[in-house]
Amino acid sequence: MTTDLIMPVIILLIITTGFAKKVPMFSCFTDGAADGLKTMVSIAPSLIGLITAIGMLKASGALDLICSVFSPLSDLLGIPSENVPLLFLKPISGSGSLAMLDQIIRENGANSLVSKAAAVMTGSTETTFYCIAVYCSAAKIKNTGYTIPCALLGDFASMAAACFIVMNF
Amino acid sequence: MMNYIWAGMIIISIICAVFQNNTSQLSSSILSSAGEAVELVISMTGAVCLWSGIMEIAEKSGAAKAAAKLLSPVLSKLFPNLDKNGKAFTAICSNVTANLLGLGNAATPLGIKAMQEIVKEESAVPPHTATKSTAAFMILNTASFQLMPTMIISVLLSAGCSRPNDIIVPIWISSIVGLSAALCAVNIFYPKKRKL
Repeated sequence: MTTDLIMPVIILLIITTGFAKKVPMFSCFTDGAADGLKTMVSIAPSLIGLITAIGMLKASGALDLICSVFSPLSDLLGIPSENVPLLFLKPISGSGSLAMLDQIIRENGANSLVSKAAAVMTGSTETTFYCIAVYCSAAKIKNTGYTIPCALLGDFASMAAACFIVMNF
Repeated sequence: MMNYIWAGMIIISIICAVFQNNTSQLSSSILSSAGEAVELVISMTGAVCLWSGIMEIAEKSGAAKAAAKLLSPVLSKLFPNLDKNGKAFTAICSNVTANLLGLGNAATPLGIKAMQEIVKEESAVPPHTATKSTAAFMILNTASFQLMPTMIISVLLSAGCSRPNDIIVPIWISSIVGLSAALCAVNIFYPKKRKL
């Protein structure tokens, strides 16, 4: 009930401020939507490549093998073993983790707890290595110091928290 | 990096399929996966475009500036070594609010500007080394605190999830958990007083 209100309330707030500030709302909307379209076009090729690769991993039985290797670790942390590949993929590749999420949802159904945990895991962090690479090269930083360990610790903590929250509440 | 990962996934699956006798499943998945990917992209596009349109209105009506004002007291605690009225701090605030609103295309250039301004202001000794401020700033970006996780919601929606909105609050909470953990680590590794 309350979660169903989040989206309408945010939209209402934005539209009413837009009214008050006399913003040309519809043209802003179409500009933004065009940007969204560009984003989707730009991620489509990598998604096609990665969804195919992950589909192959699944069909060949390799994915189940990888998950079963890590299952003692994931059991210990309370992460569903199907979601372990996300732990490794998410910091490296945004489209890769989106493709993995799609695979997990296909296997477990869109309404299962495992799929929800995977969705929250994917949504709660960014593509850490990509992000740090872009910013460090822009600022000409060669020695990243403690940035990467700290960022990975954060990714790990948020993904563990994601599973804990979804599985327990 | 992605080169090796992508090629590795494909090679491993082919080898594994031969050994586990799953070659027929493998070849049918090669044909179907690419089509499934296109279906996913198409079904996600509507929701993603809708939200980036709405967020554009928010930005144009000054929501980003208002949010930046609201966030600056919190952010100033994270960057004790920066001038609160300086260019670097202003750029940090705009980058964080752009991320919050999910304006990815605006956030990255702002972030790059923020990084360059931080380096200018601190003129890090030794040069070309991450400092407490740059590390904290990059972590604010890698932890991704986003008001509306549209991509993820639209993936769930396109798969037929009945309550995709239920993931919004868990995503907020786990982002904050990760962000706090990473920032605590930064504060441990980079002690307070040293101007590094």
